[in-house]
Amino acid sequence: MPSIPLTRIVVLGVGNILLSDEGVGVRAIEALGRQYALPPEVTLLDGGTSAMEMLDDLAHADLLIIADCVRAGLPPGSLIRLADDAVPALMKLKMSPHQIGLSEVLATLVLAGESPKRIVVHGVEPASLATAMRLTPTVEQSLPKLVEALAQELRAAGVAVTPRTQPELTV
Amino acid sequence: MSKRITIDPITRIEGHLRIDCEIDGGKVKKAWASGQMWRGVEQILLGRDPRDAWAITQRICGVCTTVHAIASVRAVENALDMEIPVNAQYIRNLIILAHAVHDHIVHFYHLSALDWVDVTSALKADPAKAAQLAEGLSSWKLNGRHELAQVKDRLAGFVGTGQLGVFANGYWGHPAMKLPPEVNLIATAHYLQALDIQRKANKIVAILGSKTPHIQNVAVGGVANSINPDSQSVLNVERLLAVKGWIDELADFVHNAYLVDVAIIGGFYANWTSYGAGITDYLSVPDLPLDGKGTQLALPGGYVPGGDLARYHAITRFGDEYFVKGVAESVKHAWYKGGKGALHPYEGETVPEYTDFQDNGKYSWVKSPTFYGKPAQVGPLARVLAMAAAKHGPTLKYLNFVLDTAGKIAGSQVPLSAVHSTIGRHAARAVSCNVQVDMLGEMWQRLVDNIGKGDVDTYNKPVFPKGEISGVGFHEAPRGVLSHWVVIDDGKIKNYQAVVPTTWNAAPRNEGDVPGPYEAALVNNPVADPERPLEVLRTVHSFDPCLACAVHVLDVDGSQKSKVHAGCYSPSYSNSCDLG
Repeated sequence: MPSIPLTRIVVLGVGNILLSDEGVGVRAIEALGRQYALPPEVTLLDGGTSAMEMLDDLAHADLLIIADCVRAGLPPGSLIRLADDAVPALMKLKMSPHQIGLSEVLATLVLAGESPKRIVVHGVEPASLATAMRLTPTVEQSLPKLVEALAQELRAAGVAVTPRTQPELTV
Repeated sequence: MSKRITIDPITRIEGHLRIDCEIDGGKVKKAWASGQMWRGVEQILLGRDPRDAWAITQRICGVCTTVHAIASVRAVENALDMEIPVNAQYIRNLIILAHAVHDHIVHFYHLSALDWVDVTSALKADPAKAAQLAEGLSSWKLNGRHELAQVKDRLAGFVGTGQLGVFANGYWGHPAMKLPPEVNLIATAHYLQALDIQRKANKIVAILGSKTPHIQNVAVGGVANSINPDSQSVLNVERLLAVKGWIDELADFVHNAYLVDVAIIGGFYANWTSYGAGITDYLSVPDLPLDGKGTQLALPGGYVPGGDLARYHAITRFGDEYFVKGVAESVKHAWYKGGKGALHPYEGETVPEYTDFQDNGKYSWVKSPTFYGKPAQVGPLARVLAMAAAKHGPTLKYLNFVLDTAGKIAGSQVPLSAVHSTIGRHAARAVSCNVQVDMLGEMWQRLVDNIGKGDVDTYNKPVFPKGEISGVGFHEAPRGVLSHWVVIDDGKIKNYQAVVPTTWNAAPRNEGDVPGPYEAALVNNPVADPERPLEVLRTVHSFDPCLACAVHVLDVDGSQKSKVHAGCYSPSYSNSCDLG
């Protein structure tokens, strides 16, 4: 049995993988899990476009790292990092197409007294939200940078992020 | 003089629903429902392996992931005319039911109760009086004076610090809010308790579906759950017992809090039984298959024309011709190329043709489905009416309880005909949830008994023939009839159409220019203050709108400027009015 972790960290990928770059957050956590072995206190969560279903997973997290498609008016493929007080402001600006759901989940956690202690958002500016299951080439190029930013965020939190010598078999 | 209001609520995911109302003399005279986004997800599926369709379709919507997975595998299995192991049906049924119970609890408490419950009024409540009222009507364990006083203190804390959070944007103090402070306090307490309870339903989906929010265990031919009562790593006794524990907790809340709350709120808002009927031709489908091919289904469903139970026409099995032949979709008033009349889903086309919002022309991305040429209302009310018509015992029991209890509060008898209304849809949803939570227990028992007999089969391998086959998978989803229609050619998807519940209810005018259920339900709806159209939201929310999958502009920036934003499917139900 693994010992009870002292901290609980959730890396949450959100977005719709059927709307091209909208799904970059989900693609990022998939790639993160393929490239790195992570300790048990880290949960990778594919949130898709869901909301209330994630309450349990996000409750009482010490650190919540969100990977998402963020419309901030930057050139497509640009990376953006928002932390702490900037996160609620992001939610308010409604830069991401689905964050209404996520912002409500976070507000609900406040109400329940179960908010994550810290929240950091890593976003990528989309090139297209057209109906397609692939990222656009521009955002596809930014994906490794986003994955690296997530890994770096984990390292900064003191997490051992170990590159997998052999990539885990995935379909 | 009439006044036009446009409500452009931001739904929770990417779908936008816009409602336009012409108001005259404090009442809605004409209404238009418009889906504001085009999805075209069906196109992604063309040419793909039918065995992958379920995993893709469950990404259509973040609210209803599992329902699309279920309807999709059923469609492919129906095309193959294949049988699946009964354990697979039971496991799918458990997931379907847990999802439905979750969805109904969240819809009522977290997405629509604040249309009726004034949270700020709860601060004026006397917790002792509130406890006396609640304990007189229900044996729910968390209705005590101490519990309610604590909730009041917590609420006062939020208000005192200016952190109302999810409660920040309600229509507090609106003249249409009628509940006494004590009832507002009880409902607020249950709102908070429901936040905890709904997680139990989600845990069931997670254990059986291997993952949540997107289940992983479904397959064309069955489920991928391995059953071994003694193994640590698969579906075993320990996990099954955990599921039973959560079912019991859910049942306690749904029977003793949810059903009673809806009856009380319904009793205080008895005048709302005269608004919001709209289309009273109701369509539902039977669900919860008990055999491999879906010839026996535990919950009845069918067509109830004119709300007349005596004219109920049952749909009896998967692939029932009466259902299959009855469905068609019109695009006369939707932003697609048309001119061919209403088309059957197997022949369905989804070629966009955007115009502006034209009151008498095209104005929505939602198609207009019909059943034998007429619009139909779908959802819990349609389901409950069909089950009542089929004389389903538990349905009648819960339905009578709600009508009786609401009648006691209102001080006059509430007849069955009262359910054809805005508040009636909430009552029916609670009745449906009660039936479903009981079925959760029953399906659990069936699964355990069947495993006890030594049957651990969960999967039959599908074999795709050469040539063209077609099939339909229907599912009585939380919001109503969901059907996926697939045409497969040489083992690849040739056509795919999903006719979703919100398409039925949010339909624009059809081939014969007849308004859809939302549009019809809004006519004659009162509106006390056009700047704060709470009453319109009440009626639309009572359908539990979910537009993400119903609508087929990807980027609508600049196309339609909203007048009133109202969180149509957002837990906070955030109404930031910027009425210009």
